[in-house]
Amino acid sequence: MSLVITGASLLGERTGDLYVDDAGVLVDEAPAGAETIDADGLVALPGLVDLHTHLREPGREDAETVLTGSQAAALGGYTAILAMANTSPVTDTAEAATRVWELGREAGLVHVQPVGAVTRGLAGEELAELGLMHRSRAGVTVFSDDGKCVHDARVMRRALEYVKAFGGVVSQHSQDPALAGPSACCHEGELSGRLGLPGWPGIAEEVIVARDVMLARHTGSRVHVAHVSTAGSVEVLRWAKGQGIDVTAEVTPHHLLLTTDLLAGYDPTFKVNPPLRPQEDVDALRAALADGTIDAVATDHAPHARHDKEHAFVDAAFGMVGLETALGVVRTALPDLSWADVARVMSVTPARIAGLADHGRPLEPGSPANVVLVDPSATVTVDRDASASLSRNNPWHGRGLTSRVVHTVHGGRVTVRDGALAD
Amino acid sequence: MKHLLSIDDLGTDDIAQLFETAADMHDVQSREVKKLPALRGRTVVNMFFEDSTRTRSSFEIAGKWLSADVINVSAKGSSTSKGESLRDTVLTVCAMGVDGLVIRHPASGAAVQVSEWVDASVVNAGDGMHEHPTQALLDAYTLQRHLGSLEGRHVAIIGDLTHSRVFRSNVQCLTKLGARVTVVAPPTLMPSGVASWSAAAGFETSYDVDAVLPEADAVMMLRVQRERMSGAYFPSPREYTVGYGLTRNRLALLKPDVPICHPGPMNRGLEIAADAADAAQSVVLEQVSSGLAIRMAVLYHLLAGEEA
Repeated sequence: MSLVITGASLLGERTGDLYVDDAGVLVDEAPAGAETIDADGLVALPGLVDLHTHLREPGREDAETVLTGSQAAALGGYTAILAMANTSPVTDTAEAATRVWELGREAGLVHVQPVGAVTRGLAGEELAELGLMHRSRAGVTVFSDDGKCVHDARVMRRALEYVKAFGGVVSQHSQDPALAGPSACCHEGELSGRLGLPGWPGIAEEVIVARDVMLARHTGSRVHVAHVSTAGSVEVLRWAKGQGIDVTAEVTPHHLLLTTDLLAGYDPTFKVNPPLRPQEDVDALRAALADGTIDAVATDHAPHARHDKEHAFVDAAFGMVGLETALGVVRTALPDLSWADVARVMSVTPARIAGLADHGRPLEPGSPANVVLVDPSATVTVDRDASASLSRNNPWHGRGLTSRVVHTVHGGRVTVRDGALAD
Repeated sequence: MKHLLSIDDLGTDDIAQLFETAADMHDVQSREVKKLPALRGRTVVNMFFEDSTRTRSSFEIAGKWLSADVINVSAKGSSTSKGESLRDTVLTVCAMGVDGLVIRHPASGAAVQVSEWVDASVVNAGDGMHEHPTQALLDAYTLQRHLGSLEGRHVAIIGDLTHSRVFRSNVQCLTKLGARVTVVAPPTLMPSGVASWSAAAGFETSYDVDAVLPEADAVMMLRVQRERMSGAYFPSPREYTVGYGLTRNRLALLKPDVPICHPGPMNRGLEIAADAADAAQSVVLEQVSSGLAIRMAVLYHLLAGEEA
């Protein structure tokens, strides 16, 4: 299983070879009898890390399983993904977390790190067994009720305090349910007014982000803001970081490129939570990602069975798939972002936020061999049917995206070779 | 014209043609035998996912007077609650050989989505807060009978604009016909983004009913649901009436013979006083008969031609 990768452009900065030994670790000499990958013209990055993936197992294996989600992740250049807790049953116990972790190991394509629920059943009332999930083999450190906001300030405060004991972090889905209720599905603005769709105003996100950074300051704990979508939230984050508050934030690929006007035809493919925003917000999010105010790109990969999207717009499921396209979207949305910065926002920082010591490491001897090799000049036209995901709710179908994942190496094992899953 | 989903689908020529046909259909209503053979052999399904008496009956009678076979399907709650997708529900009905699908749905955009899935002609009979194009057509048709051309005439639309598909269709229809439109509501019941929308679409907004009424050539009152109070849209029905209702006192602000419209059902005493609803200038019942004529015209134009 040893490997020699020749002629890669490491982080797009210098050309070099990478050597992987039998233990799946980068070493400084070519091992004998190793498979060789010619990476001439390809950019090598540390394997990507997704802070925000929805696998639908257990509960909705018709939409995605841990295996198919892992396959999609590998094809997208990922070597680690965090599996959100809103499955059925919810990942709110050590047993449930361990089960997802085991399924991830059985699939063996990426590290599947379960995210634990903050509250039991995602109900927002009682804390889930945060400590037991942490102590389990799954070693949960990231907790989130994603899909729902931990909107009760007291519960959020207690969760932030409680996870300090073991260095945990709460990833918040910032949505004030009184300002953006369950039917809210279109950015509140002229278009929602014209279309008659229930508005999801940016302020419903911003008030929670503002509250949570103050709670993080008060508790001395760490908070992570999931899928930031508005310029107002960026302003709050910039202020909070300036104050030294321990806050991190992620943005999704779709919020970096797609805008609310796509909803004009009522196509539920573009229904996502938080909703697509106007260009001004997209511009602010890009700038914030580039300057570090937003720390990471996270996919919010949300597969859905076809029939769950074939309802009237307000009744259709929220979410879009994104694992296989994330890197291409980031390259397309921010063509001037250096490869080192791509590695920072898609691997190094998300690994640090999630506490994944084996990921996001420098491409140097001693690091576990989690590597993705990218063709930087390719343009890929997305075909939703050519996907490892079981779901087809793909907003990128028919679009051309810059760059292509050619090979992915996870723990020294080639998981993707020449753009296809390795045998 | 394949579907009628939005007023936006119609040019002024289309509207004029529909009105011309509607005038002929209107004459039929006064005959002893009201039936025309135009849609004989055609099947029209009224698929209503939301309660409706007047619109459903209006489409049903319109279809029957044109000799279509009309079937009413009450699909309320049948879709998502049973786990069936909207697509499956409408495809199932259309598989029975339907030529025209008249759809009412509580969700905005439902008619647009359905039109992409089925072969039948789709008529939007009200989709959530989005549009109700036949209502706007019948309103404009009614007003034209009273005012002649609407070019340059000033129409005030007053009430719960946020939740109103009638407003959304009417503002487009009236401005297409050259009318000056002012919409009036408390700020909480103005649609989001109305400032840029009104600037782009060429209508005016106001919070002041008393300033608008004396200038109006026609007044259109919209229904206000009492449930809106729970969403903190306004403090009480009484305060709404005082601020925005067409009260007896406000009737006196109107120029003589200004027609008063209401799409129904009316909340007498809330948005419209009995004195206004029953005033000589009220055209509320005329709107109902215009509605039949307009719906006959719409069904005729969508369904009559295609066989030849």
